[in-house]
Amino acid sequence: MMRDRYHGLMLRLLLCGLVMMAAPGLAHFEGNTPPPACDLDHMDGTAMSGWQSMQGKVIYIDFWASWCPPCIKSFPFMNQLAADFHERGLEVVGINLDEKRADADTFLQKIPTHFTVLFDREKHCAADFDVIAMPSTYIIDKRGFIRHIHRGFRAGDTAAVRELVETLLEETN
Amino acid sequence: MNSIFLWRVLLLLLTIATLTGCAQVAPWERGNLAKPQMALEPHPLQVGIRAHNYGSREAGASTHSNGGGGGCGCY
Repeated sequence: MMRDRYHGLMLRLLLCGLVMMAAPGLAHFEGNTPPPACDLDHMDGTAMSGWQSMQGKVIYIDFWASWCPPCIKSFPFMNQLAADFHERGLEVVGINLDEKRADADTFLQKIPTHFTVLFDREKHCAADFDVIAMPSTYIIDKRGFIRHIHRGFRAGDTAAVRELVETLLEETN
Repeated sequence: MNSIFLWRVLLLLLTIATLTGCAQVAPWERGNLAKPQMALEPHPLQVGIRAHNYGSREAGASTHSNGGGGGCGCY
């Protein structure tokens, strides 16, 4: 009897362990959490002054790399977002995660980019944001909280993301 | 075979599975893995058409001809 209970308990623990091993991305900080501080560079090598410098704006942060096909597909969408909503207070920020800076530079020469591109040299920012997919998008509201996390880029998602950005732009601080 | 033996085997298998040296590859380190030549099947279209040709021309049933082709070569 005791042995059966012991085995049952062990089996449950084992199952819990397997589930935890299979789901590394469950923990994230969507909701009323500010974005982690990041050490990022502009294209000219100067350091970004921090998310506080964009306080009061809606920030669309997108982690991308030149080798990632969905990231390439997302560029026209982000250009369009910047063109449509920059005046209303949207900052589109693309954070590059290429291992070689030259790959990013070649990419940026080919693909027109009408938003701020920053570089995460040490990849600490991506790790702090818990990036588990490419591309990963984090939308920060005017109060400075991460309100939405979007992983991957599919053409069908754009309408919902656009709608969310518009909703956040209409919010007051 | 008693259950304690089974548990020991399971524990041993789990230990072996965790000792295989698997490393976590961060999403931003997957540039090389994303290259087309790294795909399990780098030429899916070519393989598909070859399988189709083989299946439609092969007289006998085989792994590439579903249920056996007539050998007529029809498409």
